[in-house]
Amino acid sequence: MNLVKNQNNIVHDILTMTHRNLLKTWHNPDNVSDVIIQPIIFTLLFGYLFGGAIAGSVQAYLPMLSSGILVQSVLNAASGSGQQLRDDINSGIFDRFKTLPISPIVPLAGQLVGDIFRLFLSGIASLTTAFLMGWRPAVGFSSILEALLLAVFIGWAISWIFALVGLLAKNAELIGSLSMIIILVLSFLSNAFIPTKTLPSSIQLFVKINPVSSTVTAIRAILRTGIWNGEAIMVLVSGGIIVLIFLPLTIFVYQRRD
Amino acid sequence: MLGPNGAGKTTTLKVITTLLRQDEGTVLVNGFNTLTQGRKVRQQFSITGQTAAIDEELSARENLLIFGRLNGLTGAEAQTRANELLLDFDLSNSADQALATFSGGMRRRLDLAISLIGRPSILFLDEPTTGLDPRTRKQMWQAIQKLVSRGTTVLLTTQYLEEADSLADRIALIDHGRMITVGTPSELKQQIGGMQMRVEITNRQKLSQAEAIIKDVLSLPVSIDDRVLTTLLDNIKLQQVPQVLAQLQKMRISYTNLTIGTPSLDDVFMKLTVGKN
Repeated sequence: MNLVKNQNNIVHDILTMTHRNLLKTWHNPDNVSDVIIQPIIFTLLFGYLFGGAIAGSVQAYLPMLSSGILVQSVLNAASGSGQQLRDDINSGIFDRFKTLPISPIVPLAGQLVGDIFRLFLSGIASLTTAFLMGWRPAVGFSSILEALLLAVFIGWAISWIFALVGLLAKNAELIGSLSMIIILVLSFLSNAFIPTKTLPSSIQLFVKINPVSSTVTAIRAILRTGIWNGEAIMVLVSGGIIVLIFLPLTIFVYQRRD
Repeated sequence: MLGPNGAGKTTTLKVITTLLRQDEGTVLVNGFNTLTQGRKVRQQFSITGQTAAIDEELSARENLLIFGRLNGLTGAEAQTRANELLLDFDLSNSADQALATFSGGMRRRLDLAISLIGRPSILFLDEPTTGLDPRTRKQMWQAIQKLVSRGTTVLLTTQYLEEADSLADRIALIDHGRMITVGTPSELKQQIGGMQMRVEITNRQKLSQAEAIIKDVLSLPVSIDDRVLTTLLDNIKLQQVPQVLAQLQKMRISYTNLTIGTPSLDDVFMKLTVGKN
């Protein structure tokens, strides 16, 4: 009757854990709203509310808005990472995972691989909405895909930072609301939604050094011309540096916790 | 593993299940060392903790499938096993519902079912019935007994003497992080001595006189709490209780309450830890 459990390979375990993670997202209205509904509503709201005022018409605003909303959507999806990790730790289910015959890194990996799917969903939701509103990019499908990939990569790099915050802070709700505030400030005090020329000079300075601005500029260029300019390469490299720093740091803190 | 709150039951389980590292000593689980062969050790057992560790956002079936896959079952095996367990634990009708509608008892049953999905040879249960109503507690007991009869080794912690008595083949009594004694329930009861007499004296001024009488007749230690004199009795001393009462009557010492019964867990500990602390 008693079977000795089979040894799994780690990729299989991580995929199973990712599946769990996505089931959780799918069954939780809060997460579905963050990942899919919010990008759609923001795109609709901003497009129809500000289009006329900022660019003269909704149509004229959409090329600018699509890149801004894409970046904001993936950042927003990335910010959920910390809260979800903390929820899992506080609920005690991570302790149960720790007693399974799987590598200790699998639960964390499941979260971060699941994040990739969530980021894609968010990005696709915002771009599709812009498209349905009449946005017709001048570049081909492959450039749109490249822009999406860059946004997802940056979002994924940032989600390692949020994951670290989730491991260090104890209160899941606090992490949730802090993450939201940070994302709001960073995405609104940037060139994501507005031309920055009319801003007071002190705020212009912040907008200039805000990494969200450079990301938006890079993606905007790819969506307009299909060309990866110097700024786009810079953004890609910065994302890589964030991953190089925060991936090992997060794993280190994760394995030392409690 | 029987002991009061804070005795070290959960800590011991955490060490055995590789969640905590001990400062010294060696723990072997089916021959595997918890410090150096963690993953092998984790293949031997499942653990169900004090609070149900289940995914609230997933259905009962999804919970079982995920843990089945993580325990090394294939998709098809996990499906079959999940159906078996849902049936076994009377959860088939709510298998695909949101867990928000589940009662406390259903959660505990699902928790236990998840632990069994990989057919572990050892099952650790940390206070499996704490906080359950009597009916659900009986259900859990039956589920545990069924497992044991099928050959699973079960190590469970509890604060209830009654639970240890009815479920365990061997009981380890622990307190302050130390094992006080280990044995079968009947061995343990013999060691404890079986019975306890409590006499509540009416007049406080007669207290010491009454104490002297009990000590005299039974030659046993007497503990005093307010106006209550408590003595632990073995079978032989139990027969001498009428002499005690006769002496009390002779000295005109009246009492408002007199009970003879099995000692509580507290008393068991009092007795077994005498002179050891």
